[in-house]
Parts: sequence; C-alpha cells; structure tokens
Amino acid sequence: MSNVLLWSLVILGILGGVAAVILFFVAKKFKVEENPLIDEVESVLAGANCGGCGFAGCRNFAEACVKAATEKQSLAGLNCPSSDMSKVAGLLGLTATVAEPMIAVVRCNGTCENAPSKVHYEGADICGFANTLYAGENGCPNGCLGLGDCVKKCQFNALHINKETGLPEVDEDKCVGCGACAKACPRGVIEIRAKGKNNRRVYVACNNTEKGAVAMKNCKVSCIACQKCFKTCPFEAIEMRGNLAYIDFTKCKQCRKCVEACPRGSIHEVNFPPRKPKVEAPAEEKPAEVIKEQPNESKE
Amino acid sequence: MNPIKTFPKGGVHPEENKLSSDQPIITFEIPKQVIIPLGQCLGAPAEPIVAKGDKVKVGQLIATAKGFISANVHSSVSGTVNKIDEVMDHTGYRKPAIFIDVEGDEWLEGIDTSDTLVKDITLSRQEIIDRIKQHGIVGLGGATFPTYVKLMIPQDKKAEYVIINAAECEPYLTCDNRLLLEKPMEFLVGVKVIMKAVDAPKGVIGIEVNKIEVAKKLDEIIKSDKYFEGIEVQPLKTKYPQGGEKQIIKSITGREVPSGKLPIETGCVVVNVASTFAIYEAVQKNKPLVYRVVTVTGKSVKKPSNFLVRIGTPANMLIEAAGGLPEDTANLINGGPMMGKSVSVTTFPTIKGTSGILMLNEKDAQPRQVSNCIRCGKCVQACPMGLEPYLLNRLARQNNFEETEKHNIMDCIECGSCEFTCPANIPLADYIRYGKNKTGQLIRSRNQK
Repeated sequence: MSNVLLWSLVILGILGGVAAVILFFVAKKFKVEENPLIDEVESVLAGANCGGCGFAGCRNFAEACVKAATEKQSLAGLNCPSSDMSKVAGLLGLTATVAEPMIAVVRCNGTCENAPSKVHYEGADICGFANTLYAGENGCPNGCLGLGDCVKKCQFNALHINKETGLPEVDEDKCVGCGACAKACPRGVIEIRAKGKNNRRVYVACNNTEKGAVAMKNCKVSCIACQKCFKTCPFEAIEMRGNLAYIDFTKCKQCRKCVEACPRGSIHEVNFPPRKPKVEAPAEEKPAEVIKEQPNESKE
Repeated sequence: MNPIKTFPKGGVHPEENKLSSDQPIITFEIPKQVIIPLGQCLGAPAEPIVAKGDKVKVGQLIATAKGFISANVHSSVSGTVNKIDEVMDHTGYRKPAIFIDVEGDEWLEGIDTSDTLVKDITLSRQEIIDRIKQHGIVGLGGATFPTYVKLMIPQDKKAEYVIINAAECEPYLTCDNRLLLEKPMEFLVGVKVIMKAVDAPKGVIGIEVNKIEVAKKLDEIIKSDKYFEGIEVQPLKTKYPQGGEKQIIKSITGREVPSGKLPIETGCVVVNVASTFAIYEAVQKNKPLVYRVVTVTGKSVKKPSNFLVRIGTPANMLIEAAGGLPEDTANLINGGPMMGKSVSVTTFPTIKGTSGILMLNEKDAQPRQVSNCIRCGKCVQACPMGLEPYLLNRLARQNNFEETEKHNIMDCIECGSCEFTCPANIPLADYIRYGKNKTGQLIRSRNQK
C-alpha cells in the first residue's frame, strides 16, 4: 500500500518537474514585451468596460493612454468618465485636463399619471423590439417604453425603473455619464448632458416631435413647440428641433426663465434650492403669468 | 384529385375557428371619408401626386411608387381630396395618408365594372406585368410584397409552376376561402393570366383539406373546361404554416428553397388567392386594386363576416358592422392570430395587407405565466424551417448577433409555431424577431462596407 503511494508521488513529482522546466523555457522564449505601465494604468481604471471612452474595453483604453503619453506627451482626447483621470495622468507623469463631468438625463416625463396607458403590452421585454411593434402604451411615439434596455446596459447600477412612474431614474451618485444607456435607447430618450455647476441642470424632459395638438393628446407634460421658452431665453441656449425645444447645455446659464415660461411643465430644473415665494415682488408680471397659465393647462 | 400532401418538418395545428366560413362576402358600404395610407407595401411608401381640393375618381392614381420594391396607390372612392396628413396606423405610429371625402361612386373611364367574365387574355407577357405594376397589386396575404417584382423572372431562370397559395392556414381567417367559393371562374382566369405572365406550363392550387368542398368545386370546373388545362388542385394537410411560401413549395413540389434565396430558384412562383383575383381584375378588367375582402371575426363577435371593403375604410366601421366590439375583447389583432399584429387603436384604416380583423376574447388572450426554458425541444420539433428557436431566443437575448447569424436566424419565417408550442410560454417568436431584425441590420451594415 505505502509502496503504491510512494511510487505515484515519485512519478508525478518527476513529471511535474519536467513539465515545469519545459514551461519555463517556453515562457522565456515566447515572452511578449509589454509596457508595465499599461497594467498600472488599467489597475486605476474602473474596470467596467462601459465603453464611455470610445474604446472596446478598459485594457484598450489603458494601451491607448500609454501610447499617447509616450508618443505625444499628452492625453488630449482621452477621457474615462468612470475613473479619476488625474491618477492615470500621474502614473504617466503628465497633468490631466479634467473633462467636464457628464450625467445621463431621461428626457421623458410620461409617467403613468401624466400619460395614462391606452393599451397593455405583453411580449418580449426589449425596448428595441417593442419600438418596432407599436408606439407605446400611452401612444407617444418618441417617449420612454419603460422596458429597461438602458437599465440592462448600465454597468454601474445607476439606473432603475421606478415602478410607480414606469420611467427609468438615474442615480446621480453612481452615474458616470458613460453613455451606454443613451446608446441602448432605441428612441434616444436618454441624453448625456453636463452635470452642471453645483450639480444643477435645466433640461426639456420631453422627446416628442409630433405637432402640438397631437402631442397634447397623449401626455399632459409634452412639449408642444409653443416656442415660449425659445423666445424667453436671454442666452439663445434654446433651439427648436422640429417640434421639440432643446436646451444646449453649453450655452445655458441656468437662469431658469424657461422653466417659468413653459406652459406644459416640460422643462425640468434639478438640484436648485427652492424658489423664493413670489409674493415679495409687488404686482410684477411674473406671478400673474403663473396664475394665468394654470387654468390654461387644465383646459388643454 | 391528387392525394393529400404536406411539408415534412415541423408545423403545429392550432384550433381552426373558421367562424365566418359560411358567411357570404358582403359588399361594404362606401364610408363618408376614406384614409388611404401612402405606405401600403413592403418597400418605400408611395409619393402623392394629388393635392388638397383635387377631384378624384375611383381607380385614379393618387400616389406613385418610389423605388423598386414599392407599389402605386389608387383612389378607392370618388370625391375630393380633403388633406394629406398623418394618420395613426395599426401600430399607433403616425404615417402619411391621403384623406378623401366621398362624393358618389364614379369610376375612371376605361375600367370595366361589369360582372361579365373575360376569358381571353389579349395582353402580352410584358404588358401583363406592366399592368400589374401600374395597378398597384401587392401580395394580399399580408406581406404586401409588390407582385410585379415576383413575376419578373430573371433571364437565366425558368418558371415551371405557378403555385396559388389557397391554404389559408391562419386560424379564423376565411376571406380567401369565400373568394374561391364565390368567384371561382374569375380566380381561375387569374391563374391563367399569371401562368402566361411567367410562361409557366403548370398551375397548382394548394388548398388545405379543411376546405375540401372548395377544392372539389374548383376541380370540377377545371375538368369541365378545356380552357383551364394545365391547372390542377392539390389538397394539402391542415397544418400551420402550410401557407408559408417555402412550406407550400415543399409540400407541392418536394423542392426546398435554398437558404437566403428566392422561390424562383426552385422554378416556382407563389401567389396568394386574393392577389390572383386582383390580378384578374387588373389585367382583364383594367381595374386597379381598390378593394379587398376582409374577415372580421372573433369568438364573441355577434356577426363574424367577410366584407368587400374599399381600401381606406376605417377598421372601427367594419367592427361596428360585425356587431360592435364585444365587451370581453382583450386583444384586437390586424390579421390572423398566428402572424397578425396586435393593434393600439381601432380607427386604423384598412390597407391592402389587411386580411382580417380579429377580436380575441379575454379567455384566449389571457396572459400566460412565463417560466424558464426546460429544454424540452418542442420548439425545435415545431419549427418548419428546421431552426432551433430555444437557442436563437437565448442568443438574441444576449445580443449575440454574430452567433444568431451562424444559426441561420435569417431563415426564420416568423410563423410563431415555436411560441405556440412552448410549454413555458416564452415569447420565443418575439425574441427571435428582435434577433432577426438586429442581425439583418448587422448584415446590411457589413455589406455596405
């Protein structure tokens, strides 16, 4: 018994030794010379392979960074939205140009309440498929379908569908603005916008390009292309894209005049402190306007 | 008659429910306004050539085909063009359409509106095809592929068979069956016209055996008249999807259409019954495609009916005429239950491809509990194309479109047999359709490069 054990140990040991010697020489012979910096750079990246940098994965991005640093001595055009670029730059002996942080914004507010369902969808839970079949439960051909293609694509767990509204919600702390969700959305509802000063943003929460009268039928908060915001904006940051207003975040100065001007409540402001009560202004135009607009809205 | 034939692989047998098969075709009243969508065929939408306020007559060309796979659109009524605007089609999306206010029923000169049968085919091959192209005939089975494209045989190919697809394998639908019963002579002349157009010696009418009376009737007519020589009636087993183009070729000739190729590779041209009738009317009577037979049916529907409808009649009028929308309707389908599409609105206009309007009751349309795939392989047995639906489903969900292409997803005919047979109620056909869509995009983008 002990003999068998001994022999097997000896034989396997010898085999192992021989194999180790072979492997050692093979590894030496076929060694791939690689810049060790690539590994170091990759280790400081998020490792989510989200594609936000425009490369297929984090490794490719690290390779590109090292290449750019050695050849051009700059990291211009290279930006990983999900990790600290200063660390990468530090490793490569450069100073990072900090890119403006971006965030995903859901440009639809067709909640169950605002845009009630007319039909019920059953079938494959893929927005990209449902989009080819029908206009949507609420009838809006440009709005969110709520089946969560964006949620499935998010590598950072920053998106989830709110059961009550039926719309995706972005977790501001987790979202890095890589844009995977925006690419996944078949209707382009999600847009990657600048995070904004103090995390404050103003945007049109509607994606409907139908004519006003039609857009009004399906949703209470749709943009009807009345152009009030367009005319109000003092900075020419708002452009009309067909029947839809769009706020250019590079020009927007966050004065929020458009938010007040919008009769449909389609323009959203995020993370602003609560507005001061308007009573202070003695008999100015603005409060009157607000009151005037409300009955209008209910009539529509 | 020949012994019963069928295709060997796959297929299912859903409940037939041909509720309206005894209902004669009723000529539906002309509505006050028709809405004629510009996109009524598989390819690009037609381009309007009339403007607001123009007077049009029945059969007048109002929109011309744009591109190769596209079809002309004709006015189905006489009256004034009210506007050219967008209308919600059955998907809920808005598509451009021509709205015409009806005034009387005045046909364009040169159209034979009488009921007399015209047997002599005076036009030449090319003239027939031109006529079919001009008169906007498309595949009326539902796919709406322009028929003239089908009939243009490539130089190096030769058509041996004209196969008339009278299988009507979709449950509930009876429009083709009724048309065969009521207009057999016209239909058979139509077959002759197609045979002349493609220069094929043989014409075979494939009919499922659940409609054996029609088959017998046609057989009698063919045998009693020398004129119809070359046409024969082929009874087929009642099995879904017997009316699939590739399936009916396999059933009748035993030939298989190669993957990614057209039926002409096997020497066959397959045309639907309603299209054949439309071809007869176009070629022999100079009548463009302005009406079609639509089955309006459902288990709870008061009067399941077959209506001869002018193109552009709103669907809700047909539903009203069939006894109104039943209260327990849970799903309204444009087409048959297997391949039809659920609709979002009841007001959509009927188009050339509308073969039926089906109202499924709550019991039949009840959502079924979806569970996990148990690898039973029933879908593989049911697939008439010999594909592996469970695998395609999985790959499509993973967005792995290189693999779906390797597993021949593009051969899927989207018949839904896999989904019908799945014990886990997985919407297989949906996922496969999604995969097919995406794989097609992938192939197209690669070809462009």
